[in-house]
Amino acid sequence: MGRNKETRLRHFHQARWDEEIICEMSVPGERGILVPKAEEAICLEVGDGLSAIPECLRRKQPPALPEVGQMRVLRHFLHLSQETMGTDVTIDIGEGTCTMKYSPKVQEHLAARHPGMTEIHPLQDEATLQGIFEIYYKLEQFLKEISGLNYFSLQPSSGSQAIYANACIIRAYHASRGDRERDEIVTTLFSHPVDAAAPATAGYKVITLMPGENGYPDFGALKAALSKRTAGIVITNPEDTGIYNPGIDAYVKAAHDVGALCAYDQANANGLLGIARAKEAGFDLCHFNLHKTFSAPHGCMGPAMGALGVTTDLAKFLPVPRVEYDGQRYFLDYDLPESIGRVRSFFGNAPVALKAYAWIMQHGEEGLREAAAISVLNNNYLEKKIREIPGVVVWYAQGRRRLEQVRYSWEKLKKETGIGSDQVERRMVDYGLQHYFQSHHPQVVPEPFTLEPCESYSKDDIDEFAAVLHRISREAHEHPEIVLTAPHNAPIHDIPAPAIFDPEKIATTWRQYKKIKGGA
Amino acid sequence: MSKKTVFPYIPNSVPEVKAQMLKEIGIGDVMDLYYEVPEHLRFNGKMNLPPPLLDEYSIKKHLEQLLSRNKNCSDYLNFLGAGCAQHFVPAVCDEINGRGEFLTAYSSPMWADYGKWQAWFEYQSLMGELLDMDFLSIPTYDGAQAAATSLSMAVRLTGRHRVLAPKSMNPENLMVARNYLKDISDPAISIDLIEFDPETGLLDLNDLRAKVSADTAAVFIENPTYLGVMEIKAAEIGKLARENGAEFVVYADPISLGVMMPPAQYGATIACGDLHPLGIHMQCGGGQSGFMASLPDMDHASRFKDIIVGITNTVKEGEYGFGTVLPKNLSYIRRERANEFTGTNTGLWAITAAVYLSLMGPKGMQEIGQTILQKARYAARRISELEGVKLAFSSPFFKEFVVNFDETAKSVAQINRALLSYGIFGGKDLSDEFQHLGQCALYCVTEVITKQDIDRLVSALQEAVK
Repeated sequence: MGRNKETRLRHFHQARWDEEIICEMSVPGERGILVPKAEEAICLEVGDGLSAIPECLRRKQPPALPEVGQMRVLRHFLHLSQETMGTDVTIDIGEGTCTMKYSPKVQEHLAARHPGMTEIHPLQDEATLQGIFEIYYKLEQFLKEISGLNYFSLQPSSGSQAIYANACIIRAYHASRGDRERDEIVTTLFSHPVDAAAPATAGYKVITLMPGENGYPDFGALKAALSKRTAGIVITNPEDTGIYNPGIDAYVKAAHDVGALCAYDQANANGLLGIARAKEAGFDLCHFNLHKTFSAPHGCMGPAMGALGVTTDLAKFLPVPRVEYDGQRYFLDYDLPESIGRVRSFFGNAPVALKAYAWIMQHGEEGLREAAAISVLNNNYLEKKIREIPGVVVWYAQGRRRLEQVRYSWEKLKKETGIGSDQVERRMVDYGLQHYFQSHHPQVVPEPFTLEPCESYSKDDIDEFAAVLHRISREAHEHPEIVLTAPHNAPIHDIPAPAIFDPEKIATTWRQYKKIKGGA
Repeated sequence: MSKKTVFPYIPNSVPEVKAQMLKEIGIGDVMDLYYEVPEHLRFNGKMNLPPPLLDEYSIKKHLEQLLSRNKNCSDYLNFLGAGCAQHFVPAVCDEINGRGEFLTAYSSPMWADYGKWQAWFEYQSLMGELLDMDFLSIPTYDGAQAAATSLSMAVRLTGRHRVLAPKSMNPENLMVARNYLKDISDPAISIDLIEFDPETGLLDLNDLRAKVSADTAAVFIENPTYLGVMEIKAAEIGKLARENGAEFVVYADPISLGVMMPPAQYGATIACGDLHPLGIHMQCGGGQSGFMASLPDMDHASRFKDIIVGITNTVKEGEYGFGTVLPKNLSYIRRERANEFTGTNTGLWAITAAVYLSLMGPKGMQEIGQTILQKARYAARRISELEGVKLAFSSPFFKEFVVNFDETAKSVAQINRALLSYGIFGGKDLSDEFQHLGQCALYCVTEVITKQDIDRLVSALQEAVK
């Protein structure tokens, strides 16, 4: 059945174009595209148009944009795309918490090419947007089934914006009850950092619980943090370690007992679709990342969509407008006097809703459960291979199973060879693998790496990935220099200082860079 | 019992492969892997989801049927703008943002994803030229968020609590900003609205002078305004802001900046806006992307919330590397002590805007600005020649203008319904949002509108206002 993935690895080389910055490619006079002109009759009637701009607002010097012919612009950006390792071209199972699943092309093509998606304006008469409204409405119904909660909003443009909106709903809820004492949100270290940052942006003080021995906070630690000042808890389960907290309902109840609300960050929902829901655990709010669990692509960091769900009591606080159905037609409802207002313009990222809708429609109930179960199987299958690699430690809860992802540590490798997670991460690229995700900050697990195979990848893919990490571990022991000087087969060589702090060295534009270099 | 489905997107759903994997990890049934999830937390019911459309032909037909129920702006003639404008999308923009490598990449660092980092840096560089500003982040969700964050930055930078914004500002953006600045400090942050002149549409400078004070964190204007006019006194407004120690935040339309002066050149300290006109389809408001730029000093630079790409060295002489600038300000590192929060934003649209600006160059940006000015002017003139129809404001405008229908005795709603029957989306009905303007609509005319289109609109309007 093809190559032996364990012994014959790829002799990979990523495209290396040694490409100039586009600004360096400028040839005065070259045109990349010509622009429609106003018809002669219009020019005759209104003149050149430019003189309509008052002198004080007229641009004096044209912007110093590069002048590059179309073929060279195309070639340049195609080169850059070849130097980018999207999920489409690699075994992207190292990006734990990101759920890098396959984005089916059938839905991508429709979203990007069908004028019924690309050429519609959000303010068109509602009668002319019935198709997209139906998608929104039905997707909301699907998410209700999947979560068990009662109402959804598709307005937020990302998971983090959904968490932020949930924090605003929590704020509105307590304010509506005249309770102004609650200024704290409790979250955990292994929930995404935005579970701390977004509530803080909404005005909350944040208490972060550290993981206990099991990998998630002890119940006692939670209880100690809860008080009359607690507005809510924002928590992921499983957290970014992949360890499921079986007492999550007790945590939720403890929060409810002090009058706090509970928001379920479901970025890590992939292993639980159809298996366990927000409702049974008692959550009041939740959100899903439609660009993770529901197959919309990650797009080089967006556009995305965070679908937020609430129980009936909280529905009145949802952002406006809502898409509703009267039995005959879909319409927009702006009549929510207690709404938090808006977190985004228009309806959010409609194409992402289309993709998530399409994905659910292709899988149905059985398919969603299968996706969840296979993602957990894939992860446990991978885990057995990874933990056998010399130098790896499965951090926390040894002997207990994870769901869809695992946080490992190269601490042992580092002690034995001096090579740690940063170096392995760079060397992976030489074998055609996208970098794995280490962990969020602060990195309490030393030398971390977090793998999440999800259901899209075949057994052969998983075998190959594990074999590469195994090989790198051997290299670390036997000829470490090759790992220490990696990457070798990437578009570029190592960057000694990928974080730039020195104001003298900061150049966020090409022209600033030229200034710093003294015109070189 | 039906045979278990093998899903194309779930390769290990092949029963034999599944069985082999289970055997290798010593598990009998895949559900045994869920032993950590206690029974009382399990969902034992059935999710009420439609039966799946398993074959690709069927899902494609189903989605096409749904999308075809939308009337689109290729078939209909569209004059809607109001924060989402219809502009021409070059084929190369679609080609590049449709590339699987870009479409499916995410947050990985700069070795395997080198091309993405360079494309982001080029976005910053090209927008920096357009804006004549040297510090930019990669863009956020939409213009509304960029505006809200700009105001939040101003508040944090100055330590003050009042923000001044025009009454004519984009109402959706204002809603987002109001929520964003709500209940986050004591004393609370107030957004006070400045009147605009009902004749000119311009900001009322007397009202501004009366309201600006030592507690003003920012004076915020749009240029052109939501109602379309060019804010002629922008420099004076900026001077007033700066004299009082306030930030001058300008929300600009990037496609106007080939012909209109960039905000930095009339005193803006922070510039923001929406990138959607730069090579991105409307997508029902799904193509929005909020850019932010500032002066390059550390007071401003240290307050951005999103990833900022910096150019740096690699170990190889002459090779460009990319890194993140001031990453400790981001919530990835500093969680609740960071600047606001960040995450997945609109990185694909940053790359698209970079492609667009590369194609257009300085001449293209000038020419498109000119074409828009000419077509919008022509449209405004012909529309206002109709009996009972007039332009609301006397000031010069860029691509949008407000049309007043009070003297036709028809409401905008009635007129737009009539236009619909002619296959035309009329300008946005402003009569609710700006009641004192009467029966007014906001018309948007860009380079995609032809003379024939305008003449067709005018004929239809002529019938509609009867």
